[in-house]
Amino acid sequence: MIGKKLGMAGVFSSEGKYVPVTVIQTGPCVVTQIKSEVTDGYNALQLGFEEKRSSRTNKPLKGHFEKSGDKCFSYMREFSVEKPGEYSLGQTITAGLFKIGERVDIAGTVKGRGFSGVIKRHGFHGGRKTHGSKSHRIPGSVGCSAWPSKVIRGKKMPGQYGNTKTTVQNVEIVDIRPDENLVMLKGAVPGSRSGLVALYKR
Amino acid sequence: MDIVQQLERQMMRLDVPRFIPGDTVKVHVKIKEGEKERIQAFQGVVISKKNGMSNATFTVRKVSYSIGVERVFLLHSPVIDKIEVVSRGRVRRSKIYYLRKLRGKSARIKERRF
Repeated sequence: MIGKKLGMAGVFSSEGKYVPVTVIQTGPCVVTQIKSEVTDGYNALQLGFEEKRSSRTNKPLKGHFEKSGDKCFSYMREFSVEKPGEYSLGQTITAGLFKIGERVDIAGTVKGRGFSGVIKRHGFHGGRKTHGSKSHRIPGSVGCSAWPSKVIRGKKMPGQYGNTKTTVQNVEIVDIRPDENLVMLKGAVPGSRSGLVALYKR
Repeated sequence: MDIVQQLERQMMRLDVPRFIPGDTVKVHVKIKEGEKERIQAFQGVVISKKNGMSNATFTVRKVSYSIGVERVFLLHSPVIDKIEVVSRGRVRRSKIYYLRKLRGKSARIKERRF
């Protein structure tokens, strides 16, 4: 299911423990396309999330959305299912799909940090700040000498950090509010607030 | 953020009395012993209060058998049965951690009058 990260909060469990949760607005999603083994070579559902005005939709997409109803969506994602025959075009999928206590996988886009150095990106310690040190945040030596006379592959170096799709597995569902389309997951979830996330049933 | 704030509000308790650091409070805590549940009181001076939504906490310090005991409570926790304000104290700062170094007569706090 597609969702949107709203932010983090805390919830008291029945034992009185304080549980940090991430609140996610999930759905309602609408089945916009059903892909089956026969026609597409694999079984999947395409879901649409967050309705938008049809005047804001271009003609090719409008044609695509017309097959499943008169609603247009901002986001679409594909989810693999075993039996696509159980679903019908235009069917609405809500947060009621999940149960409290169930575990899910959640995928989101990590906050982008741009081109970052090794301290931020890989957690290097960095050099001395004072006492004549000129090595503050530089990575230092990257390898050996005459042999092997190259830098070994996979050496941790500065570069792009974040802005990648990341999946967190086995996240517990603490609470569900089907009327408000909210799902609360224990702990943190990749991405910024109002970032798009995808929830997968295990 | 609105929905998140609403959720936090729902978690908050409305029956929390007003008290500030320096006050002496009696916190009635629910304790589970196997199947049974009983209530234990913890009385001491509030030495700090951390504000927040549902995650607001306060620290209570008491000296028990000449050993200082501090407990941090979640203000809105359902574990707390009730909070009683025993007496009001007059202190000049919001975090009275200096109390940890004091003992005996010097660790007294003047009463706050209205």
